[in-house]
Amino acid sequence: MTSEVIGVGQGLVIDAEMTRGEFTLRVDLSVPPGEVLGVLGPNGSGKSTLLSAVAGLMPVSRGRILLDGQVVDDAATGEFLEAAQRPVGFVFQNYRLFPHMSVLDNVAFSPRARGGSRHEARATASHWLSRLGLAPFASRRPADLSGGQAQRVALARALAGRPALLLLDEPLSALDARTRLDVQTELRRHLSDFGGPCLLVTHDPLDALVLADRLLVLEDGRIVQDGTPAAVARRPATEYVAKLVGLNLYAGNVEGAKVRLRGGGSFVVPDHNQHGEVLVALRPSAVIVSTDQPHTSARNSWPAVVVGLTLLTDRVRIDLDGEPSALVDVTPSAVSELQLTAGSKVWLTAKATDLEVYGADVPTGPGSLPSHDR
Amino acid sequence: MPVPLLAPALVSVAFLVLPLAGLIVRAPWGDLGSILQGWDASQALRLSLWTSTVATGVSLVVGVPLAWVLARTDCPGLRFLRALVTLPLVLPPVVGGVALLLAFGRNGFVGRYLDQWFGITIPFSPAAVVMAETFVAMPFLIITVEGALRSADLGFEEAASTLGAGRMTVFRRITVPLVAPSLVAGAVLCWARALGEFGATITFAGSFPGRTQTMPIAVYYALETDPDAAIVLSLVLLVVSITVLVTLRDRWLRGGSPP
Repeated sequence: MTSEVIGVGQGLVIDAEMTRGEFTLRVDLSVPPGEVLGVLGPNGSGKSTLLSAVAGLMPVSRGRILLDGQVVDDAATGEFLEAAQRPVGFVFQNYRLFPHMSVLDNVAFSPRARGGSRHEARATASHWLSRLGLAPFASRRPADLSGGQAQRVALARALAGRPALLLLDEPLSALDARTRLDVQTELRRHLSDFGGPCLLVTHDPLDALVLADRLLVLEDGRIVQDGTPAAVARRPATEYVAKLVGLNLYAGNVEGAKVRLRGGGSFVVPDHNQHGEVLVALRPSAVIVSTDQPHTSARNSWPAVVVGLTLLTDRVRIDLDGEPSALVDVTPSAVSELQLTAGSKVWLTAKATDLEVYGADVPTGPGSLPSHDR
Repeated sequence: MPVPLLAPALVSVAFLVLPLAGLIVRAPWGDLGSILQGWDASQALRLSLWTSTVATGVSLVVGVPLAWVLARTDCPGLRFLRALVTLPLVLPPVVGGVALLLAFGRNGFVGRYLDQWFGITIPFSPAAVVMAETFVAMPFLIITVEGALRSADLGFEEAASTLGAGRMTVFRRITVPLVAPSLVAGAVLCWARALGEFGATITFAGSFPGRTQTMPIAVYYALETDPDAAIVLSLVLLVVSITVLVTLRDRWLRGGSPP
C-alpha cells in the first residue's frame, strides 16, 4: 500500500521506527488528504509517540516521514525538520492553551509565529474564532473557559496556522459526557472541512467510530489492525479490539466444518474460505442462555458457569466461564426467570450463522523498512 | 498544641522581633530630622538604591539566561557549574570581596589589563559597589528562576513549537511569562540582598562617602561615632525593606515563592 505512494503522494506517509527508552514503535502507514485516521490503542501502545514523531517533537530512530511528498524526517540522511517548521496543527490532550494569553492571542500565536504581522495575526485569529463560534470569548483567559469552549479554542489555535496536517490527541477525553456529544458532532464537521490528512488519537471506541474514516489499532508498538471502522467493529483482530467493540473473540484452527478453539471447545461455523488459524467473533446478544441442555442440531451448545453479572442500562451482561468462556447479553427479566447468580450452571447456544470467521493474520502488519536505514 | 514545639517557636519569634522592637523603642524620634541631615543619609540611601537596582538589572540580563542553561540544557560539567553558582550563597561576603579585589584590583589578573589597556580602574568606585553586590546577590535570582524553569510545564513550550515558534520566540513569549512570578520573586530577593550587602562591598569598594559608602556601611561607621544616627539609618533601611515586601507580596510573592 505504502510503496506506491512514497515520494510522489500527497498526504502523510510514515514508514519508520520511533524509540523512547526501551519502547519501540514500528509503523508503516499513509494517510491521504481529507482522511481522518483514528488511532486506537491501550495506554503505552505508542499512540502519543506516533503523534510526537509526526509533529517533530522527537526524531524517528529508523525510516522516514513524508508530508505531501516532502521528507520531514529521515533517519538515514539525518534530515529533520524542526517542529516549528512543520506545517502541522496539534490539538493536545488537555489543550495546553497558554494561560497567560487571551483566547485571541492564543489563536493569533501561530499566524504571528509563522511570520504574519501582529495585525494580520489578529485578523486571522478573529476569523477562526468566529468560524468556531468563539468570537464572544476572544478577550477571556483560558482559565475562564468551559471544557467545550477550551476544546474549540485549541482547535482554532491549531487551524489558524493553516496546517497541512492535523494531529489530535484525545481531543474529547477532558470533557464531561454531555459536552462530549455536542463537541463530537461539531468536531466531525470541522474535520471534514479540513482538507489535509488528520490523525486522531483516542482510547474511546465511540469517538473513533464517529470521527474517523479509517481506524488504526496499535498494541505494544505495533499496528495490529488497519481498516474501516465497520470492518474493525465486525472483525476485530485482537482481544483488545474485540473488547473495545464489545465482541467475544476466539482464536482457533479450522477442522472441516468446525473450528477447534485454542482455549478449549469448538464451534460449528458457516461456510468460509479460511484454512489453518482463524478468528471467530461472536456478538454477546447472539448467544442464548438456558438452564437445560437444548436439543437443536446445527447449533453450538455448551455448558458454562456464571461468574459475573453487570447491568448495562436495558440489558444484563453475563460473564461466563466455560469452553469457550463468553460474555452474553440478556434482558433483566431473563436473569430473574432463569434465576441467574454467580455460580449458576447454564447452557449457552449460538447459531452458526451468527459466527464471523476470518483469517487470523493481521490485515496490515508492520511493513518492511527501507534498506537505507541508520 | 504540643508544648515542646510551641515553646521553641515562641523563643524564635521573640528572638526575631525583640531586636527590631529595640530599634524602634531606642530611636531618637525627636531628633530624627536633624540627625538625618547631619549624616547626609540621603546620599548613602541614593547610592544604595541605585547600585542595588543596577546589580539586580545586571543579574536579570545575565543571570536568567544562566538559569535557563542550568535548568534546560544537558551539557557536561553542569553540576560543577551549578555548585560554582551557588558558592557565593555560602561564601562569607568578605571573602568574595577579597576575591574580587584579586581579580579586578589594579594589580589583579584582569584588573591589570583593564588599567593598562583602557585606563579603567574598578576598585573603590561605584562600579565596584555594583560588582560586589552582583557577585553576592545574583545567585539568589539564578537559584529561584532555575527552580521555576525546572518545574515549569514543558507542554506549553512544545505546543508553542508546533505552532511555528522558534526557540527564542518560545523563550520570550512562553517560558519567561510563565515563570514571571518567580522571576519577580527572585529579583526582589536579589535586590534586597544587594541592598544589605556589606562585607564584599567594603572590601572591594571601600567606604568613601557619596561614592562607595552604601547604607549598611554608613550604619556601621555611624555606630562607632554617633549611635543615634546608626539607629536612624537602620530605621530607614527597615522602612525601605518593609515597603518593598508589602508592595510586592500580594501581587507576586505569593504565587512564585522561592524554593
